[in-house]
Amino acid sequence: MFDDTIAAISTAVSASGIGIIRISGSQAMEIADKVYRSRRRDKKLADVPSHTIHYGHIYDGEEIVDEVLVMVMRAPRTFTGEDTIEIDCHGGIYAMKKVLDTVLEQGARIAEPGEFTKRAFFNGRLDLSQAEAVMDVIQSKNRFALKNSIQQLKGSVKDKIEKIRKALLGEMARIESALDDPEHMSLDGYKDHLREVVAEQRRQIRQLLSTVEGGKVIQEGVRTVILGKPNAGKSSLLNVLVGEDRAIVTEVAGTTRDVLEEYIHLGGAALKIVDTAGIRETSDLVESIGVEKAMEQAGQADLILYVVDASIPLDENDQRIIELIQDREAVVLLNKSDLPPVVEKERLEALTGKTVIPVSARERSGLESLGSYVESMFYKGKLDLPEDVYITSLRHKKMLEEAQEGLRQVEDSIAADMPEDFYTIDLMYAYESLGYILGESVDEDVINEVFANFCVGK
Amino acid sequence: MICFGKDRKEENVNRLEREYQVVVVGAGHAGCEAGLACARLGLETVLFTVSVDSIALMPCNPNIGGSSKGHLVRDLDALGGEMGKNIDATFIQSKMLNRSKGPAVHSLRAQADKQAYTDRMRKTLEETDKLTVKQGEVARILTEDGRVTGVETYSRAVYHCQAVILCTGTYLKARCIYGDVSTNTGPNGLQSADHLTDSLRELGLEILRFKTGTPARIDGRTIDYDKMEIQTGDEQIRPFSFSTKAEDIQKSQVPCWLTYTNEKTHEIIRQNLDRSPLYAGVIEGTGPRYCPSIEDKVVRFADKDRHQVFIEPEGLYTTEMYVGGMSSSLPEDVQFDMYRTVPGLEHAEIVRNAYAIEYDCIDPRQLNPTLEFKKIRGLFSAGQFNGSSGYEEAAAQGLIAGINASMEILGREMITLDRSQSYIGVLIDDLVTKENKEPYRMMTSRAEYRLLLRQDNADLRLREIGHRVGLVSDEDHEYVLWKKAKIEEEIKRIGKTNVGGNEKVQRFLKEHGSAPLRSGTVLGDLIRRPELDYEMLAELDEGRPELPEDVREQVNIHIKYEGYIERQKKQVQQFMKLEKRSLPEDIDYEKVPNLRNEARQKLSRFRPVSLGQASRISGVSPSDISVLMVYLMAQ
Repeated sequence: MFDDTIAAISTAVSASGIGIIRISGSQAMEIADKVYRSRRRDKKLADVPSHTIHYGHIYDGEEIVDEVLVMVMRAPRTFTGEDTIEIDCHGGIYAMKKVLDTVLEQGARIAEPGEFTKRAFFNGRLDLSQAEAVMDVIQSKNRFALKNSIQQLKGSVKDKIEKIRKALLGEMARIESALDDPEHMSLDGYKDHLREVVAEQRRQIRQLLSTVEGGKVIQEGVRTVILGKPNAGKSSLLNVLVGEDRAIVTEVAGTTRDVLEEYIHLGGAALKIVDTAGIRETSDLVESIGVEKAMEQAGQADLILYVVDASIPLDENDQRIIELIQDREAVVLLNKSDLPPVVEKERLEALTGKTVIPVSARERSGLESLGSYVESMFYKGKLDLPEDVYITSLRHKKMLEEAQEGLRQVEDSIAADMPEDFYTIDLMYAYESLGYILGESVDEDVINEVFANFCVGK
Repeated sequence: MICFGKDRKEENVNRLEREYQVVVVGAGHAGCEAGLACARLGLETVLFTVSVDSIALMPCNPNIGGSSKGHLVRDLDALGGEMGKNIDATFIQSKMLNRSKGPAVHSLRAQADKQAYTDRMRKTLEETDKLTVKQGEVARILTEDGRVTGVETYSRAVYHCQAVILCTGTYLKARCIYGDVSTNTGPNGLQSADHLTDSLRELGLEILRFKTGTPARIDGRTIDYDKMEIQTGDEQIRPFSFSTKAEDIQKSQVPCWLTYTNEKTHEIIRQNLDRSPLYAGVIEGTGPRYCPSIEDKVVRFADKDRHQVFIEPEGLYTTEMYVGGMSSSLPEDVQFDMYRTVPGLEHAEIVRNAYAIEYDCIDPRQLNPTLEFKKIRGLFSAGQFNGSSGYEEAAAQGLIAGINASMEILGREMITLDRSQSYIGVLIDDLVTKENKEPYRMMTSRAEYRLLLRQDNADLRLREIGHRVGLVSDEDHEYVLWKKAKIEEEIKRIGKTNVGGNEKVQRFLKEHGSAPLRSGTVLGDLIRRPELDYEMLAELDEGRPELPEDVREQVNIHIKYEGYIERQKKQVQQFMKLEKRSLPEDIDYEKVPNLRNEARQKLSRFRPVSLGQASRISGVSPSDISVLMVYLMAQ
């Protein structure tokens, strides 16, 4: 009934970092064999008996992605009633995402919300009375996914995609109006123009893709609070962190100056810095709001960045912060490490029981170490992001890649000197793919554009 | 208007009563096709028109075909319709548009001699057995238990029948307007049909009011053609109909002319906009965006300093010339001044003024894709009455409505063409599924599988269906089967024919500006090169069999565009998955749990026939479709 193979992270992602990637469909075995290698590299999952478990590694090309257990289950005795592979990952959410990514690259399609359940139902694996529940799952998951897909998209990314779509739409309308009204409109010299437009849009999409691969498209991140006593250098440190990649800074629309959120990216992880207003305002007044308010915020944070001024002694403010972070995920940043130290790294480590990273906001040093440390916290399962965020971002990536592929085909068609009407086939494909990201359908876009911008008709 | 005195409500009067199987209301392009289809399928048919002198009238542009409309005519012809044959017999200029583009958008357009077109169609009707043409205005649709039983004319005659096909065009409560002059007439000053609308409303049908327009006609003797560019037809004329032999219709053609408006024209229009009924709000109907009046163009495209104007002959019987591109509803005196600003029209005498026309039509979402009303069995409709525009769109629907009315009466399965089969399928699906706020015109961009729906392969796509219905002869059908086999055979042969990099081949390639071969290949690979094609390669293809031109053309297109064609075929496979799943007629959407409210309302109101159609209704999301699938499965 279904001729494609789907995959998704099928467990709720927990801090334990163990999760299952499920692949279901006629090519499940084939796809799994492309990414899985047993220790002696001699095992074909396609040949092993049903309902058996196999130890090995998932590879992306020659690179090991994760150490895994793979469960092989053949139709029909599976949840979906189709050939099913379940990959138990150990490496936490990042590894899980990477495994899923690899599986998708080998030809699986990311499952739609509720799709496993839907397949199970259609293949007779769920009884009739459950139909209603299935519909409920489909509808509610879709509603959530759609909302996520659009809401998680950062404003700047949304703008970019809209811009690309607008450019493509303009070209389709131009071609279509000329086809519709060949005596009024000519396409002389058009190929050169289109080639340039397509090349430019491909560049734009490539840029978006590099962003999405760094997880930077999603407007979601680990809730992070920066703590430290006044003048410890919180604001300058934040400025440096944010300044590393200005393009990714978003000020949440509609927020007032004093509840700003900012996104920073460290080692591929997105951090949402909460209540930055209290830190960002460089005036003494705001810094002097002091620890009290920040402490409140810290109560809800997933990650605390504790900034210590290395050049002056610890005081009672530091004492309170150290107490607070005892049973929390936190990193200590020893700032002003370029100045003669009063506070030493080892002593601070002993005091806090946390990793201490020397940094200098002024010299912009130590930030890389901070990045790789934060990333390692994800790998170790100390930090976590909701699963849906990743799924959404995978979908975005897939659609961007499809759009890119469509435009590549247009370039091929131009190079092969195909007539202009062939270009719109793939322009439309790219346009549609980008539309999925924004949750927009195509309908009569081209026709409306033709009428709006080209004077056609008798 | 005919009137029989005041006492029209009185019952039990003596009146004419007749019995037919099908009543067709209107003898325009839709009505003629519908009537012919029914009669040819053996049903006693009566075709009503307000004037037998206006059968298959072309009240606007004097041509048939054009981009995507040409496709409609070819599709219609392959199914056994008349329009293609009629224009082949009466054209005065013919042109294949978009020749430099891909085969999917090649489109035939012919200038017609309007009178000859009308005359020949009338003659065809009159020579068709079982078809009666009748002048009169149908005023009421008679029904019993949600089923059509007949019609009543304004003269109170009753025609009992099993099916009625409404093809009223732009005649229902028609009003023609220019400036402050407004007449309650149909196109060309013909009598309007003012009574049927009320009867339709009584049946619970939803009526819309649309608007369109036409430019002035000018006396050709007052045009200075030296100031215009000549537009000639093709040297080699290609017929519309698959039944017409190209060699039979080669003839000398009449030119059209191209000129332009200018700043002076636009100035006059701008100065008089307040006197335009459109801008003054006198006209309320919704007009088409693709067929804007000249005042619309000047307002909406203010940055353009000129617009094209095509001067086209109305026929050989008259000196009247159609002024394409300058339809208008400005007052008579403004029209006079405006047309005279155009180079070549400085001394133009207007024979007929330009005008806008408003008319009643329906929201076609009340129809099934068979063109039968969902609410009333046996009631079908086609053409501009369904909210479309254009002769070709009308004819295509007329044919389908005629076929399906016949099928219903004969107890046979009705036909529905899908979007991957024919432009007619796209047209009807769009009409009955999507909200349409203006007269609908076909465009190639509406056809998502247009690479498969080419004008050159309409016979391969549709002859079989036409034959099954009974409108295509055994002989024509057999020819298509033979043709298909030949095409396949030849494609296979070409794929297996090797070409080596010998001297002859390299010389050939060099002569044609094509890169030399580094190693041997198959002939197909050379055909795919943009600078080469099947015909050119005959020289290198010793084993090539003698094949007719239409077969050779298909072979070339297939090989040349194979990659793209295959991709579209895959898309069609995807599309067909939902299209094939029909929705039960009695499904109660209130009882389907988990549909979103908007989807539930839309589905209940429009009652799509398949999951595919449902998915194209605005407001029905992919997850609603999933929910529906699960629900159907659970039933």
